Amino acid sequence: MATRSYTSRRELDEHTFHPAVAVLVPVAFIILQALLPRPFPRLAILDLPLLATIFFAVSRRSPIAGTLTGAAIGLLQDALTNQYIGINGMTKALIGYAAASIGFKVDVDNPRTRILMVFAFCLLQSALLYLIHSRLLGQRDIQILWLHELLRAAVNAALAIPVFFLLDRTKADE
Amino acid sequence: MHSAAPNLSDNGRRSLFHPMESFFVRYRNALVLLTILLAQTLLLAVQVRDLRGPSQPDGRKVTLLRSWAVAIVAPFERLTTFTGTGVRAAWSDYIDLRRTRQQNADLQKEVARLRLEQAEFAEDAAQGRRLQSLLDFRQHYVAATVAAQVIGTSGMDSSRVLLIDKGADYKLQPDMPVITPDGIVGKIRDVFPHTAQVLEIDDPSSGAGVILASTRIRAIVRGGPDGRVQIGNLTADSRIKPGEVVLTSGGDQVFPRGLKVGTIESIAPDRDRQLYTLIRIHPAVNLSQLEEVLVITGTQPDLPPQAQQDLATGEATAADQKAAADQKAAALAAEAQRAAALAAERLPSLNAATNPDGSPAAPDPAAADPSRPATDASTTKVKATPAIHPDRYSPGETPAAADLAPGGNNPNPATPPPAPTPTSPKDPQR
Repeated sequence: MATRSYTSRRELDEHTFHPAVAVLVPVAFIILQALLPRPFPRLAILDLPLLATIFFAVSRRSPIAGTLTGAAIGLLQDALTNQYIGINGMTKALIGYAAASIGFKVDVDNPRTRILMVFAFCLLQSALLYLIHSRLLGQRDIQILWLHELLRAAVNAALAIPVFFLLDRTKADE
Repeated sequence: MHSAAPNLSDNGRRSLFHPMESFFVRYRNALVLLTILLAQTLLLAVQVRDLRGPSQPDGRKVTLLRSWAVAIVAPFERLTTFTGTGVRAAWSDYIDLRRTRQQNADLQKEVARLRLEQAEFAEDAAQGRRLQSLLDFRQHYVAATVAAQVIGTSGMDSSRVLLIDKGADYKLQPDMPVITPDGIVGKIRDVFPHTAQVLEIDDPSSGAGVILASTRIRAIVRGGPDGRVQIGNLTADSRIKPGEVVLTSGGDQVFPRGLKVGTIESIAPDRDRQLYTLIRIHPAVNLSQLEEVLVITGTQPDLPPQAQQDLATGEATAADQKAAADQKAAALAAEAQRAAALAAERLPSLNAATNPDGSPAAPDPAAADPSRPATDASTTKVKATPAIHPDRYSPGETPAAADLAPGGNNPNPATPPPAPTPTSPKDPQR
């Protein structure tokens, strides 16, 4: 492995991943997301692909990498649904970009920060999905259940702590 | 240009391209984001232009994208399902057999009960078919099905889609209905080489024509935003009550008529549309925990052979039951007649008059005369046999009221004389 010389805090906080990890973890999360609700229907409230998007974006600290990762994960997620392909792709690309951008400014390794970040990004995703459906696609009868979305954000924020803790161990430079 | 280029140092070249280069370098991240968003917006526009809703299969190019995604995910889902099914089968078939005997006995009782029910329904079915033939009504019966296993979901609660392990290799096609023995599940949305997407009836983009079983009101069920099945196109009607069964009407040209959809759970005014009611349906099928489904691949105007055989069995059972019931009723009637005859023999007043020597008395000419009105049983004078030891209570011993005189000597008083009282010592006669 090439030796890196860190010359700034930014470089110190940037993490890299083995290509297999970078590909297989998001795919595994998408497959889990498709499998878990079958035996446990209530687990449909989880959003493992979103957690993968946020984690890789904030770990790499690269908005371009975050955008591409989010777009790829979202498109794959869309392909398994009956919705138009691109809805989740656009949403997660924006979230990947935003997550990578705030990674420069806050300490994203702090558990409290992670909880707040995931909670906020869950709500942002719900709002973006609503906007895309209602404004871009013109689906006027679309409704958003905010209480359900708040619950979803809280559940995913709670789940993010152990998941991020496990994924921290996959960083190549750790 | 080329002649001047060698004279430029590195610093000079950078200064020559500085404005554009700095723009792309400075806004590189945002430009990548905009490009990605623009590309996906165009992708959305292509799909929306097809005018296919989310309930319809995709166009060719989009299907290719979905097919790739499903091809990536399906093997893992298939493997997981296979492993889970194998473990469950090993547990249930070889280890957990504790209640098998009891279940077997219960099932046998259930089969016997269903046979009786089938016999009852057979006559109704035959009558229904006769009426249908009179009205020239074309009923479509399920002729062929393909059993498939559910191997995955969409993973999103806003998209109620299942992935099944049968596809074009089993000649599945979009819009084929998907059911279980309990009721309808949905319809095939998209077909891939070895898998297919099923759109459940609780998805907001789905729809099915239904009829309410008792009131015969037609409606459309669809999924609500909260993932519950509902009817939203009916105005308030007091005849619609919770608990009413909802069946497919066959009007959507997807689901055959008469399949169970569910039962009405609640009825409430629609807050968004004042004139309409929001009727929530409890699905007959547990849509969130499906493991195996049946895809209806063919229908036919006549009953399938197996169903015809079942119907014939039911009709035969019904005929047997009717014969047995008639026989039982005849036996009961004979028994009742015999009991009546026996009672008539033992009741002397009801016997025909006999002579003292035991020979039958001559019939009453008045009774034999059909021109005379029949004598009412209540007005018939009953002749009692003479008492062996007559007393004052015996018939005929009491004189007629006309022969009695007040205060006179009664030869046979109805009331016995008072009993002699004990003699008092102060009695003057003594």
